Amino acid sequence: MNPKEYSEKERALYSGHSSCAGCAMPVVTRSALASASEYNIVASAATGCLEVTTTIYPTSSWGVPWIHNTFENAAATISGVESAYKALSRKGKINKKYKFIAFGGDGGTYDIGLQSLSGALERGHNFLYICYDNEGYMNTGGQRSSASPFGASTTTSPAGTVHKGKEQWRKDLMKIAVAHNIPYVAQATIGNWPDMTMKFKKGIETNGPAVVVVLSPCILLWHIKPDEANTVSRLAIDSCFWPLYEVINGRYVLNYDPGKRKKPIEEFMKPQGRYKHLFKPENRHIIDFIQKRIDEEWEELKRRAEFDKAYIKSNSESEKQGRN
Amino acid sequence: MNNLKIFVDSKYIDNYETVLPLSGAHAVAEAMRQINPDTVAAYPITPQTPIVERFSEFVADGKVDTEFIPVESEHSAMSATIGASAAGARAMTATSSVGLALMFEVVNAASGMRLPIVMPVVNRALSSPINIHCDHSDTMACRDAGWIQIYSENSQEAYEHAILAIRLAEHPEIQLPVMVAQDGFITSHSVEVVRILKDEVVKNFVGERKPIHSLLFSENPVTFGALELPDYFFETKRQQQYAMEMALKYYSDIANELTKLTGHAYPMFEPFMLDDADVALIALNSSAGTIKKVVKEMRQEGKKVGLLKIRLFRPFNYELMKSMLKHVKTIGVLDRSFSFGANPPVFSEVLASLRSENIFSFVYGLGGRELYESQVRETFDNLLKGKFDAKINYIGLRE
Amino acid sequence: MTIKNVKKRWKDIPIGGVIVEPKTSLRNKTGNWRVQKPVFHPERCIHCMLCVPYCPEDAFIVEDGKLKGINYDYCKGCGLCASVCPVKAITMEDENVEQENDEK
Repeated sequence: MNPKEYSEKERALYSGHSSCAGCAMPVVTRSALASASEYNIVASAATGCLEVTTTIYPTSSWGVPWIHNTFENAAATISGVESAYKALSRKGKINKKYKFIAFGGDGGTYDIGLQSLSGALERGHNFLYICYDNEGYMNTGGQRSSASPFGASTTTSPAGTVHKGKEQWRKDLMKIAVAHNIPYVAQATIGNWPDMTMKFKKGIETNGPAVVVVLSPCILLWHIKPDEANTVSRLAIDSCFWPLYEVINGRYVLNYDPGKRKKPIEEFMKPQGRYKHLFKPENRHIIDFIQKRIDEEWEELKRRAEFDKAYIKSNSESEKQGRN
Repeated sequence: MNNLKIFVDSKYIDNYETVLPLSGAHAVAEAMRQINPDTVAAYPITPQTPIVERFSEFVADGKVDTEFIPVESEHSAMSATIGASAAGARAMTATSSVGLALMFEVVNAASGMRLPIVMPVVNRALSSPINIHCDHSDTMACRDAGWIQIYSENSQEAYEHAILAIRLAEHPEIQLPVMVAQDGFITSHSVEVVRILKDEVVKNFVGERKPIHSLLFSENPVTFGALELPDYFFETKRQQQYAMEMALKYYSDIANELTKLTGHAYPMFEPFMLDDADVALIALNSSAGTIKKVVKEMRQEGKKVGLLKIRLFRPFNYELMKSMLKHVKTIGVLDRSFSFGANPPVFSEVLASLRSENIFSFVYGLGGRELYESQVRETFDNLLKGKFDAKINYIGLRE
Repeated sequence: MTIKNVKKRWKDIPIGGVIVEPKTSLRNKTGNWRVQKPVFHPERCIHCMLCVPYCPEDAFIVEDGKLKGINYDYCKGCGLCASVCPVKAITMEDENVEQENDEK
């Protein structure tokens, strides 16, 4: 889907919601629904910004059947909807075909909803889970989550005189999702919209569970200007803070390699107020530490994708031969 | 069939299939097989486990065409059941004790979304200390969660109540979830003779679920679980209270329909040698059976004792309780749980039934709605006049 | 067009807090949040439509494959559209300046 095709589609998340000006989350959500517009969709959402800004009673922004249950159970809830669909289809009570998407923020996914997600992935329900990851608890005003990056100042990991923001490396949700041996896992961000929507489409068309983790900049937490969500998420890609890759049936595929144009992590951090304290001269070593670790992770990812490339190639060749 | 003749009145014998030696847990599983729900989400917990194990066997052998969801926790069991019920399916799960406590958050969500889920609960003590045996601290902790609660004396009742609960839950004017309680081990693991209805009889009695709003059947895309601010929350909650009032209204009709099939009665409160009793005990679940035996013995000794067994604890029929106890001089209420620092739950309700003159309830401020001085003044003025149409009144509700 | 939001009584709302009408948030005109306003310059537009998916408010008006303008009823003035436009066909201006001009 390109933006022109998108502009002609039914977009199913309507105007009049109350998310902050410049929030990336509606962009992620609406793009996901448009990517799945060929199908009848039922969506669930965890408690969070998406839920509170789109369903303030008595008005709803949703153009698809939608359910919010509680904070930690978007995946379990959609697994119930999907199971009901299977049973009702089997009994001939329903003829329409449906597909299922669960949305959760990072709090509802990495933290409180991790168990519910893990259970639903292991059970193999046919659904797409989209995590809009803004790297903190924004519905409650900007607390740290396990998705908050190292060094970031949040309201529960504030930059102070002793502690310099969050002191733990962020949890790798991709690896956790991959460990469930599900057919499709991908990482995306709004900074590369065609890549993101390609992943949504693949995810919705996957037979079985699929997870797409989307970096979704938050104006308030990241302390960026309302028009910066896209530029900052591009810097996340180019600095390899947020590499674009997929894991298809356990095999890693790198979607973008900035190569020599790879930017220093500082360029990603600089526009964001949550990292402001790290740019004091005495905190230079923290940025250096982050850079080192980002580089290590990036190299590891490249090695893994390179390794799997050979496998994917030989596999697709043998598949071709098999067909012949 | 010979066995049937021993255990079943000839008038009802055509409705029955067989008699089986079943534990309470397996009796409920048998009811679930006959109900054949669209989905069952299951998680093991002592002493509920035999329900989901037996039901899994039915799934494995193709005796039901239920979609079985083997979840990773009770929280997800209820979450998935909510999803399925909101989708338009007939959805069930079962739990016990700390499992019910873990799902407490979503137990409230189920009733709030008005989903007619039926959940057998095998009563077991809450931790800590950990204890796997029976008391009622689990279901009593959920007595204000917006679920109908039916308590069962034995396996036979647990079986029949599960079937009754489907109709009660799905009644168009009720649309509330129902817990069907039985005592852990005492009932759940003790084998008794259970009279089993024919599959067809149960199937016809429970019929098909006709959801009012649903994710998969509603013509327009519906939004479940929206954010309600102080401007609407109270009204939505008042509807839940109304649904409970409707449950009281329609309970007997539905129960009588089942009575016509089974030959057994299901009164909200069941009197046992109560008519001329000077002294009565009030109890629920299996202890009622024990008490009945003692009452019979003591009657032989010429002592005028009786029992009032509570079947329907939520909603609670205060007027009925009061009228049934009118002649009883001294009452003892059995509670198998604490309400620490306050009157135990069953005692509290019985007390409220009997001593409720000159005291009225005012529900206010739900979901953040303001209480104004003018409303306090108006309430005082009304109290000074001393006259209200209803026991429970509402301040600040859009009637 | 504004639909008056009459608060309903408890007997008159659907049960369970269910919202039975989809798309009803269209009643909430979020345009009054704006402090800055995107101005569309059709003469520069190449109709690549990149601004359309990037608009959090879905406030772009597209007709027959052409970008026609911005729906100010909903636009919150974040400026994401201007930031992604490759040809500067959208520029940001102060909202109040524009209003003053309108009044004149």
